[in-house]
Amino acid sequence: MIPVGWFFGLSILLFVLGVIGFFVKRDLITMFMSVEVMLNAANLAFIALAKGSGSPAGQVIVFFVITVAAAEAAVGLAIILLVFRQKRSIKAEDMDLMKG
Amino acid sequence: MGVFLFLLLAAFCVGGVLGMILSRNQAHSALFLVLAFTCLGGLFGLLDAPFIAAVQIIIYAGAIMVLFIFVIMMINFEQGISPEKKRWTLGLAAVLTVFLIAELGLAIRGTASALGSTGGQTIGSPTDLGRLLFTDYLYPFEITSVLIIAALVGAIVLVKKREKE
Repeated sequence: MIPVGWFFGLSILLFVLGVIGFFVKRDLITMFMSVEVMLNAANLAFIALAKGSGSPAGQVIVFFVITVAAAEAAVGLAIILLVFRQKRSIKAEDMDLMKG
Repeated sequence: MGVFLFLLLAAFCVGGVLGMILSRNQAHSALFLVLAFTCLGGLFGLLDAPFIAAVQIIIYAGAIMVLFIFVIMMINFEQGISPEKKRWTLGLAAVLTVFLIAELGLAIRGTASALGSTGGQTIGSPTDLGRLLFTDYLYPFEITSVLIIAALVGAIVLVKKREKE
């Protein structure tokens, strides 16, 4: 019997870690992985809410989030690969094409 | 027993994410993240969602992370990228992090205690989820299939080598 609130706390911790990773790291791939951590933190909150409210609707939402994350990973990694081909670098500082 | 399992999985999950952030090597980061996502699948199982737990491990820890590792191998660095960040940025980030945790904690304060605890009746059997997916959530389900096709075509078009004109 674990209080569902604990899962909520863990979800907060994971989300904040994802935010930290996104701002601290300098290469696109690790930043992208931090975004995945944030998505998973949201998934954990959804499943905890599904358990707390006794309805499986939250689990269906998580199912959709995972699908969208898979599509997003495919396109995002394709873009990273393209950037690397053009600039020979995936550091975030080198992405200054749009800088005025 | 359940509490022990929760603490163990939570510790490995947070440890995996921390390892992902602290590691200099992208391939190690990806492997740490596989560990974290697998533990998260175990946590989903504790929350009475066996189907989502299986999906999490197969799709996230399996398919998506393999995609990441493929790209890391194709890019193939000579050495890891140094963080080269300024000292004051780190302090500012720490302060803002504490604020973010406090804010989110305030946001869930009322909800967390009202949620009850695990155990009791089951809600997330594959039969229930499948029924819900093909009745109430039929339109999102179909739209998702369109999204996946769009992502597939987009990824192929982006990475394909240009033919000579």
